[in-house]
Amino acid sequence: MPAPNETADPVDLGALDPGRLDGAAAAALAAIAGADDLAALSAVRTAHVDGQQAPLMLARRELGALPREHRAEAGRAHNAATAKVRAAYEARLVELTARRDAEILVAERVDVTLPVDRRRRGARHPLSLLSDRLTDVFVAMGYEVAEGPEVEHDWFNFEALNMAPDHPARSEHDTLYVEPAASGRLLRTHTSPVQIRSLLSRPLPVYVVCPGRTYRNDTIDATHSPVFGQLECLAVDEGITMADLRGTLEVFAQALFGSGLSTRLRPSFFPFTEPSAELDVQCFACRGDAARQPCRVCSDEGWIEAGGCGMVDPNVLRACGVDPARYSGFAFGMGLERAAMTRHDVREIRDFVDGDVRFGLPFGSEG
Amino acid sequence: MRIVMSWLREQVGGLPPAKAVADALIRAGFEVEGLETVGGDLAGVVVGEVLSIEVVAAKKKDVRFCRVRVAELGEPGGPVASGSGEAEPGVRGIVCGAFNFEVGDRVPVALPGSVLPGGFEISSRKTYGHVSDGMICSARELGLGEDHSGILVLPAGSRIGTDVAELLGLGDEVLDIAVTPDRGYGLSVRGIAREAATAFGLPFDDPGAWGSDEPAATGADSAAGYPVRVEDTAACDRYVARTVSGVDPAARTPLDWSRRLSLAGMRPISAPVDVTNIIMLGLGQPLHAFDRAKLTGPIVVRRARAGEWLLTLDGVDRELDPEDLVIADDSGPIALAGVMGGAATEISAATTDIVLESAHFDAVTVARTARRHRLGSEASRRFERGVDPALAPVAAQRAVDLLRELAGATAEPGVTDVDHRAAPEPIVFPLGEPERLAGRPYPVDAIRRRLTDVGCLLRDPEPAEAAGSPGEPGELLVTAPSWRPDLLRPADLVEEVVRLEGYDTIPVTLPLLPAGRGLTAAQQMRRAVGRALAADGFVEVLTLPFVAEDAADALGLPAGDERRAAVRVANPIAQDASYLRTTLLSGLIATAVRNLGRGQTDLALFESGLVFREPAGAPAAVVTPPVDRRPSEDEVTALNAALPRQPRHVAVVLTGLREPAGWWGPGRAADWGDALAAAHAAAAAVGVELAVAAGDAMPWHPGRCAELSVDGRVVGYAGELHPRVLGSAGLPARTCAMELDLDALIGAALERPPVAAPAISTFPPADRDVALVTAVDVSVAAVTEALRAGAGDLLEALSLFDVYEGDQVGPDRRSLAFGLRLRAPDRTLTAAEANDARDAAVAEATSRTGAVLRG
Repeated sequence: MPAPNETADPVDLGALDPGRLDGAAAAALAAIAGADDLAALSAVRTAHVDGQQAPLMLARRELGALPREHRAEAGRAHNAATAKVRAAYEARLVELTARRDAEILVAERVDVTLPVDRRRRGARHPLSLLSDRLTDVFVAMGYEVAEGPEVEHDWFNFEALNMAPDHPARSEHDTLYVEPAASGRLLRTHTSPVQIRSLLSRPLPVYVVCPGRTYRNDTIDATHSPVFGQLECLAVDEGITMADLRGTLEVFAQALFGSGLSTRLRPSFFPFTEPSAELDVQCFACRGDAARQPCRVCSDEGWIEAGGCGMVDPNVLRACGVDPARYSGFAFGMGLERAAMTRHDVREIRDFVDGDVRFGLPFGSEG
Repeated sequence: MRIVMSWLREQVGGLPPAKAVADALIRAGFEVEGLETVGGDLAGVVVGEVLSIEVVAAKKKDVRFCRVRVAELGEPGGPVASGSGEAEPGVRGIVCGAFNFEVGDRVPVALPGSVLPGGFEISSRKTYGHVSDGMICSARELGLGEDHSGILVLPAGSRIGTDVAELLGLGDEVLDIAVTPDRGYGLSVRGIAREAATAFGLPFDDPGAWGSDEPAATGADSAAGYPVRVEDTAACDRYVARTVSGVDPAARTPLDWSRRLSLAGMRPISAPVDVTNIIMLGLGQPLHAFDRAKLTGPIVVRRARAGEWLLTLDGVDRELDPEDLVIADDSGPIALAGVMGGAATEISAATTDIVLESAHFDAVTVARTARRHRLGSEASRRFERGVDPALAPVAAQRAVDLLRELAGATAEPGVTDVDHRAAPEPIVFPLGEPERLAGRPYPVDAIRRRLTDVGCLLRDPEPAEAAGSPGEPGELLVTAPSWRPDLLRPADLVEEVVRLEGYDTIPVTLPLLPAGRGLTAAQQMRRAVGRALAADGFVEVLTLPFVAEDAADALGLPAGDERRAAVRVANPIAQDASYLRTTLLSGLIATAVRNLGRGQTDLALFESGLVFREPAGAPAAVVTPPVDRRPSEDEVTALNAALPRQPRHVAVVLTGLREPAGWWGPGRAADWGDALAAAHAAAAAVGVELAVAAGDAMPWHPGRCAELSVDGRVVGYAGELHPRVLGSAGLPARTCAMELDLDALIGAALERPPVAAPAISTFPPADRDVALVTAVDVSVAAVTEALRAGAGDLLEALSLFDVYEGDQVGPDRRSLAFGLRLRAPDRTLTAAEANDARDAAVAEATSRTGAVLRG
């Protein structure tokens, strides 16, 4: 490879004089150090580092004109000076760039605590959310969701459920009847008619969960509502026992109130189950521990009433054409409002139907 | 049922404290709703002896100043320190307004400092010129019942200074038990006593059984008592009548009994009435006492005749129904059987001779009469739930005994017992049934013991009767006790065995379910719509579905609109809420108004729920199927046909700002487009595109109403509400709403084939803008459709980016500016190709809508 400046016409060989070279490098280093911002540094670069008129560039041009025997040494000296200057330049460039970046980003800082709710938030109703959540517990176990009309016929709501027209349990239902009189039409008083519809329309075995709205002739106040949500499950199969009911209820109770809570069944009465029971779930707040009482959740009972249940009455099975000698089943029903009130500390049942957006909003989409 | 513990303990010896009894009863299925401790708060009331009485004249009514010894001599000071009026040790001066006691009587004295029931604190005070240093008390003042006619005079031998609460055994406890409708026997001390005895394994001497030492007063004597004729032996299978004479009208029910009655929730009235109540509460047998002097002729049990009336004890004159079972004599009906007596034959303070009725009436008959006359009574409550028919003669005998004891009555020898009871049928009980239903084995001896506890009679079937083959669990013939009419089938017996062995002994298992199919597509879609609207800023509400008669008028619905066919509630909660909603808007509007009234002005509400609409014509009459078999398809269809249509809808109401104001800017008011967007959001959530056309339906603004349809079927409307509707509802102008038939929407969605994926071209697009001027009444939809058709397959997307009306385009015209994005699947479009497509689009728009390219 030929030397580039072999034939160069020397202009100022003195530029390669060690003294002048050191002086040029020192001037360059001083200028670099003195550059206060990127624009100044850029000017310094032209004047001292790689501009056509920079002394180090001019000196470089003279290298070729040196006699061969001096060329190598002068070249080394020039390279060393140039490298020092370049390094200083690069370092300063990094330094000034970082300083500039920092200044810009600080200047562009915003207050991220400003409110940003430029879109309105919505929410599902706490009863819808609870109903879905509990329904899903049963669906996960293999149940299917069954539904029925809210204006129901007496036959589905009472008669097929072992409540003949003069059954004393009917008086506890405070039924809202639908005109015309004696048409047998009423607002269903529980979701249990869906049990009948399910047994009539589905092949055995039947495992269904039935969420829905139900009605009673109650004036609305803090603790009563004429409309309330229920959820019930029905299992009819060969070999179904109360032990299966207990196990199912434990799964359900934990989903509703939390794990590690015990349950208990108390004998009770429902016309459509025999044997019948009330389900109590251990209070999730005090767990029946006197040291954690007084307890607002359970009034120091230690237990929360969670619903009614039992083995499907043979008369109910018979009315649906199911052989009670071969099949057995259990049913469980609960009120959604009570559970939601306990779970979410709702003070008045009226809040569920008042529709005040302040009540609904905190529940969001997952509750 | 309020159970007085001292009464219960009298029937079962050895019971633990009341709390333990309550817990045991709860475990056995008797819901104890309360446990009250009573009488324990009465302190500082002691027995005093009246030493002297001095009448003090006063303006209205004279009073008496009494000197009363409240501590025995030799116990100086007595139970309290010397008071101001205490002249001699242990003697107090007390002013008293009652005159029913004499010198030497023992009376209860409330000393100063004592507090009587109701928080009444006794102090020493000056009155009628004397210092009254305490109070001499009546029964009512001591919380011992209603008697306030005079001072409670204590037995003569009562030791002076003794604590009265202790002397009378006033400390007691009361269990308040909610008895389920199947357990009528639980409405008596006897029934609860049996359960308590079983729970603690204690012996129980049934007070409802004839004692072994007394002769059964039935059978031969039957004809000798008061004449009774039972015409309807199905409705009255047992009628026992006993007669007593010589009742002392001045007799008072002793304190311990009147106290128990009060604690059990019944007012002590007079000795004969109290006796009937004591028997009813104690044994569960409702009794009725007729004044024999007021009876004319024999007692007849029969159905009422049309046109008959009866003035009942509550003072109401009632027209009787031919279905009512009555007790009658020659004068006509004298009582509603099992419900309430008549005023004409009621016993009074002057009654000396009584005919006691101790009968068994049919539960359904009593229930119907009580319901028909809206007349529930202690008697009807028991008969409806089942009274022990074997009890009638025993209860009558006990009542006679008590009348003799408490009122000096004489029992007349005759006993009338008209007995038409059917012999009880034994239940064939497979011994494996408890295990089959409860999921754990029950040894045969446990089953036998528990059924015996309940009162059943057990018999092993004859070998020939036994159905079980060798090795299988056998059977038992079980005869339920007379007080358990609810025990009819093996399942009923299973409950008795399982509950008495303890529900807590049932193991915990899970059934093995076949794989379920999860939520149906429709159920998932319903949830998706709710989630979409919530994500879109709407708050879900669940309103009451009851509306007033004028709900349709308030929405301005025209005659014949299907939303006028409202379902009417026969017994509404309120007269202004006697119909069911036919549209969700009624409830949403009311909810919006309520929120506005509470200061929430920016609202986006949604509701999903059923609406109710009567089909044309009256609902068909249905014959209800029997319940001993499966109904036929036709029978089920007929039942369903009688019901109104109940589709599920979804609706929103919007008012105020849709986008909130803030530091970023002024916000944006909700308008018709937001309501329409909500409808699109709901439809998109189920994968359906709504077709939009100008609509005209109340309650929407006729110029700002979008009719929404799917596959040519109208599924709802969206837009601004009609100003008249807003005005009458009190909602702000420009409030918007949409309502969709969610069932129809989901129905359409379910028929959709799977989405076909578009082919994605990677060649560059060509964008072309066009501004078209049309008449203002040409819809954007029409222009858009024409542009799409004209541009053909090369059109990838079309957007409307400006709408202009004004001077530059002239009156009644507007300019629509569209952006067309054109792209070919297989090549880069040339400028000429893109322009050709644009020109073709414009040409089609021109030919279809008269649009002209804006110069």
